[in-house]
Amino acid sequence: MKLVFQRYKNPTFFLSLLLVLIFGLCALRSGAVEVNWNHWSKLFAFGHSLLFSEGVTHPLDGETYVLWYLRIPRVLLGVFVGASLGLSGALVQGLFRNPLADPSLLGVTTGAACAAALTIVLISKQSMLFSFEVRVWLLPFVSFMGAFLTCMFLNIGASWLMPGSIAGLLLLGIALNALGVAVIGFCTYLATDEQLRSLSFWTLGSLAGANWTIVPGLGIVLVAVYLWCRTQAQQLNALNLGEATAASLGVLVPRLRWTVSVMVALLAGVSVAFCGVIGFIGLIAPHLARAFVGADMRALLPISMLLGALLMLTADTLARTIVIPAEIPVGIFTALLGGPFLMLLLHTKRHRVE
Amino acid sequence: MRRITPARFPETLAFLMRRRALSRIGAIGALAFSQQIHSTSYPEQRQRIVCIGGALTEIIFEMGAQSCLVGVDSTSTFPKEASLIAQVGYARSLSAEGILALAPTNVIVTEEAGPPGVLRQISAAGVGVEVLDSGHRYEGLIQRIVRLGRLLSFESEAAILIERLNLEWNQLQASSLTHSVIVATPRRVLFLFAHSSSRLMAAGTQTGAHAMIEYAGAINAISEYSGYRPLTPESLVSARPDLLLMTDHGFRALGDLTAVLQLPGVMHTPAGQHQHIIKMDASLLLGFGPRLPLAVKRLKSEFMDAFIS
Repeated sequence: MKLVFQRYKNPTFFLSLLLVLIFGLCALRSGAVEVNWNHWSKLFAFGHSLLFSEGVTHPLDGETYVLWYLRIPRVLLGVFVGASLGLSGALVQGLFRNPLADPSLLGVTTGAACAAALTIVLISKQSMLFSFEVRVWLLPFVSFMGAFLTCMFLNIGASWLMPGSIAGLLLLGIALNALGVAVIGFCTYLATDEQLRSLSFWTLGSLAGANWTIVPGLGIVLVAVYLWCRTQAQQLNALNLGEATAASLGVLVPRLRWTVSVMVALLAGVSVAFCGVIGFIGLIAPHLARAFVGADMRALLPISMLLGALLMLTADTLARTIVIPAEIPVGIFTALLGGPFLMLLLHTKRHRVE
Repeated sequence: MRRITPARFPETLAFLMRRRALSRIGAIGALAFSQQIHSTSYPEQRQRIVCIGGALTEIIFEMGAQSCLVGVDSTSTFPKEASLIAQVGYARSLSAEGILALAPTNVIVTEEAGPPGVLRQISAAGVGVEVLDSGHRYEGLIQRIVRLGRLLSFESEAAILIERLNLEWNQLQASSLTHSVIVATPRRVLFLFAHSSSRLMAAGTQTGAHAMIEYAGAINAISEYSGYRPLTPESLVSARPDLLLMTDHGFRALGDLTAVLQLPGVMHTPAGQHQHIIKMDASLLLGFGPRLPLAVKRLKSEFMDAFIS
């Protein structure tokens, strides 16, 4: 236990965790439907039967229903997706040793969305072939494969085309991104009106699809990837010193690249599958985290995860409460919150240099 | 007291910076917390309807059932009184919680409404979600009125409305016979849907615009594809439209008549050479609501003016 805490003796970790909790409670409190303590206590009374008898007709009335089936899953999904994006951003920046790297800039999320768009347009005609369970998990799997293939292509392509060149990697990522956008554009051209509706949900990005089937799934993926990342943090630190140095320190660089790519693809693919493309958090969260705790991966990974969750939570809460009873696309707020933060950060850094 | 050595100073500064940034995060949190929770209480009514779809809202107003409406979407712009009802946003990106907060007994939507997950959540909350098809036919309009009348228990009002519409529609059909004698060959009309001068779309078959053009006694200049597709200058010229039909909004997006005529290819069509370009309100032209006979009548007279002169 002592070892665990030593790793996070920086107060930032506990502070961010506390902030995520406080913001989470605020998010649960605010929304179109007014919820008071009576509804909470009713929910707790029913909690047991809800958790262990899935699929039974719910005994909940209006407000309690909203709380349990709409708001709580949505807040949890926001936290998990934000954390996934923050963590994958930190991993990508560590892996490619570049502060500009970000799953959406390198085309990883576009790859995921592209695979999903192709699935929607090409397969949905035969959708009756698959059972309901298969259809729920088909899109996450396909978009994971899309993200994974993009990561692999980046890894292999960049080292083959321009070995060791960061610019080459970024340019390849931008090329892949453009390619993915083109394929998505072609899909929207081919799509029927009905398919277009599900496509637009994807490319805009929204947490409106939250439910109790996908939230635990995403949570398990996130926790598993995070636990694995903790064991690899020191190796990523070594990689930060350069590939040759890392290799001489005993890090199996090619294997590390493969495994980190798989993890990034897993995080980005699954969150894209459930919420569509939500940009900017993967880029901004690691930068903020680095300003607070420095470049040590052991501290950077959990902090950028928490800050990603915090940003996502704030953005989504604003998106769904400002124009009640309507809703604003969440992507607007992630950029609106993240942009000024990044500028503030640059401003602070400038002072330090002076 | 311990002196701050110069070597330590930058670190302290950095720490202060961090604290400042953190306090800013805290300020946003406080903002979110202090935000007033939106709530409204309504007097008890026998039915509370959230209606998604401009044409459906129009039908409800025509039946005199507007007191049932507690929410409409952003396409419900006619009649003007509809804008006084709570707006639940764009029909394709609805919010489940926002709609449930209006405590509706029924949510009435067109096929366009979504996302599907949100509609599923609403119906799982015990609120009836009624999906009315949006077929671009007169018969479909009558079916929608019948269903709405039954849903809202306004059957007799619905029957009166249908009777009135049938009367108008039959008059229109009778007059079209006389008109077709005057216009010997059917004229080709192209519906141009413009966001800006660089994004032009044309209506193919199986669209609302196609049905309206046929109802008004002309033929759609585009029959090669269905749905809306981007229009190239070449396909515009080869479609040989005698008349360009546009929405008010699209016309304004382009500017004025000269701007439309200057679009590539327009001057090489009969429509451009004779300046046969007419515009119409989108919700009237493409709404397929109770103003359908009126829209067809107006379109027809515009066609007549253009072709006979």
